[in-house]
Amino acid sequence: MPSSKSANGRFIGLRIVVAALITVFGVSAFGVSANAQDDGGGGDADSTESIGGTIRARDDAGDRIGLEAVSFTVFDESGNEVGSGVSNADGDWRVPLASSGIYSVELDVSTLGEGLSLRNPDSNPLTEIEVQPNTDKNVIFPLGDRQVAEDSTVKWIQLTVDGIKLGLIIAMCSIGLSLIFGTTGLTNFAHGESVTFGAMIAFMFHMVYGAAADFEFFGLFNVWSNGRLFGVPGTNSLIFAGLVAVILSGISGWLFNEFVWKRLRNRGASLISALVVSIGLSIFFRYIFLFQFQGRARFYRDFQIQSTIDFRFFTLAPKDLFIIVFSIAVLVCVGLALQTTRAGKAMRAVADNRDLAESSGIDVESVIKWVWIAGSALAGLGGVLFGMTENINWEMGFRLLLLMFAGVTLGGLGTAYGALFGSLLAGIFIQLITWPEWFPSDMKNVGALAALVIILLVRPQGLLGRSERIG
Amino acid sequence: MDWGSIIEATFRGLIGEQFIYFGLAAIGLNLHFGYTGLLNFGQAAFMAAGAYGLAIIVATIGPMVNDDEGIFQWSIGEGWLFIIGLAFGVIIVPVVLAVLMGFPTLRLRADYLAIVTIAVAEIIRITLRSPQFDKVTGSSDGLTGFSGTFNDLSPFDRGGRYFFNLFSGNQMFLVLVGWTILALSAVLCWLIIRSPWGRVLKAIREDEDAARALGKNVFNYKMQALVLGGMFGAMGGMLRAIGFSNAQPDNFITDVTFFVWVALILGGAGKVFAPVIGAALLWAVLSFTDVFLREVERTDALGITDDVLSGPQVGQFRFMLMGLGLALLAAFRPQGIFGNKEEMALDDR
Repeated sequence: MPSSKSANGRFIGLRIVVAALITVFGVSAFGVSANAQDDGGGGDADSTESIGGTIRARDDAGDRIGLEAVSFTVFDESGNEVGSGVSNADGDWRVPLASSGIYSVELDVSTLGEGLSLRNPDSNPLTEIEVQPNTDKNVIFPLGDRQVAEDSTVKWIQLTVDGIKLGLIIAMCSIGLSLIFGTTGLTNFAHGESVTFGAMIAFMFHMVYGAAADFEFFGLFNVWSNGRLFGVPGTNSLIFAGLVAVILSGISGWLFNEFVWKRLRNRGASLISALVVSIGLSIFFRYIFLFQFQGRARFYRDFQIQSTIDFRFFTLAPKDLFIIVFSIAVLVCVGLALQTTRAGKAMRAVADNRDLAESSGIDVESVIKWVWIAGSALAGLGGVLFGMTENINWEMGFRLLLLMFAGVTLGGLGTAYGALFGSLLAGIFIQLITWPEWFPSDMKNVGALAALVIILLVRPQGLLGRSERIG
Repeated sequence: MDWGSIIEATFRGLIGEQFIYFGLAAIGLNLHFGYTGLLNFGQAAFMAAGAYGLAIIVATIGPMVNDDEGIFQWSIGEGWLFIIGLAFGVIIVPVVLAVLMGFPTLRLRADYLAIVTIAVAEIIRITLRSPQFDKVTGSSDGLTGFSGTFNDLSPFDRGGRYFFNLFSGNQMFLVLVGWTILALSAVLCWLIIRSPWGRVLKAIREDEDAARALGKNVFNYKMQALVLGGMFGAMGGMLRAIGFSNAQPDNFITDVTFFVWVALILGGAGKVFAPVIGAALLWAVLSFTDVFLREVERTDALGITDDVLSGPQVGQFRFMLMGLGLALLAAFRPQGIFGNKEEMALDDR
């Protein structure tokens, strides 16, 4: 996401509202430490001077969170590098110095998180920092929404492109939701957790055993060495991690169908009790994610920050371009598979009329199994892509779920193509609604949900649905 | 392990404030789901309506009217303001909200109502949070200073401890009022369901088409049930706001609705006193696990160190437990403790 130029950094409540600020922990002029008498200076390890600080941004809940893995480099007066440091999980960083004097600090902008930029890019590196003897000097790098200089982008085109990106991700997630509904009648409220699951598995494979091992997912998978699976190079890249996430999401879908939903169906549980079961599972897994992942937003290391490509009327980071092209490719494949392959035709047949399909010799249970596998895998993939463009947090899937419902209802519940079309529309709508200057961007999801209510009022079967579906 | 405090907390959960708030909301949800078969997943929105209805009238509109500037040269007394707030929060806002939720969806299949109610609840919460309306709603900090009138009515000594030392004076008054309202609501609900009107609701739940064939306007009945149940929810939410002495948007997240659902299904949908007992049991269990786990966390008993379970994770554990409980209940005992299978509301219609 092109933090530097951007209207695209804003969607969903997941966005980090970059408001601000780095706290200075009271410049400790009296920070005389135990070996204060040792005025040796020089390069010994006992140096008592340092430069440091805490780098923080606000997340959308308004809470200040520390930014992790932001790197800083300290130079002395003559421009020689004297040290560097990386912020820890709380955003704290500190670089010990050999002696007092005048220093400058440079923040590596590319290590800032998604959508973040410095408020004053001109004061990076920060120069003329005077460090008194025996003090721990704190410096501030305020973050903020950088005002974009006049450029040639046209707002509504930019918003539409952003909306298409969001819509494609929603579409990828919601195909499974719609097909599961079509084939089994279940309104699966736990589908959002498949999205979160995919994003988190990718994060785990990508980051945890790769670099920042501050997070342990049930202590599983101790087959890593040097951050790589069995030491094989490339196994900590996001592409590999994404692949693993998709496969595991698919497996999770199969497991859920096999051990929860199939059993419920066989016991003749009603659809409404199944719906309540899915809500229970959704809460259960959401809080497991919170338990394991904690409350803050995280980012994939690869492709964190990229300079945008200027398409004259809009700008797009290469990774966003990739997301758009890749999602279209995946969705076209899914569409072709549904249209032409035997399994795809069977899926549509079962979704359309289960009894008729069954009496035509289609193995309905097997179709349902593959719908669960494919739907969950696509949701997991959507989660990885969403994590790439926004961030990864414990309730990303649940928030996306409501948008998926909006998209699916818009297109027509239970139809595969309706889900695609409706989600795309919902995504574009969410972004375009912020076109008028007065529209508060924190309310744009409200716009999408309100559209959901209105569409039900006007055309309850959805734009592509057939009216007889509705009771 | 401090077993005294664990037992105290469990007892307080069984009969205390949370039981009252959620018991009232569950009575409302029982009218929706247990008797009419409406899948309302936005009960938190009705609770927010009650809380903010009172809070906005007393804390926002009140000072605006009484500031002796502008067109209003007269002022409204505190008592009247409170009464207007009550009426606004319990009657007007829930009616508007129910019409908003029900009008697009009550003609459609049940799960559409589920989606729309959950969406409307989120719309309302996000709107209440938005800094755009800070002057009216106080955005994410919410509103305070509207529970004074209620507490002034309290005959109890503010500093004293009452009822086995469980409650302070104000809490005792709130709980006493709450019990009364809860009992009256349950009796009212019982009378409603015995009435011809209530029988139509049950008929709609059992077979909507049959009720329609008998000449009943199903849509109207459903809408009335949605409004009425919403009012009970609003009362619960209003008492909750008074008890907390603030109305905050994040007290009305979607999970609150799910708590109400657990209470209802635990007791057994479609039984008059079941949601009340369900709420009591739910909060006894939740309070027990909460305090028990906190004690375990504090004393590192049972070999559970902070690595395994840290302070904030206790609250998360509680939600996990609730989610799992809801799933297991719905899967294995959808009729709850008191419901019977014949009248099981979690059935297909």
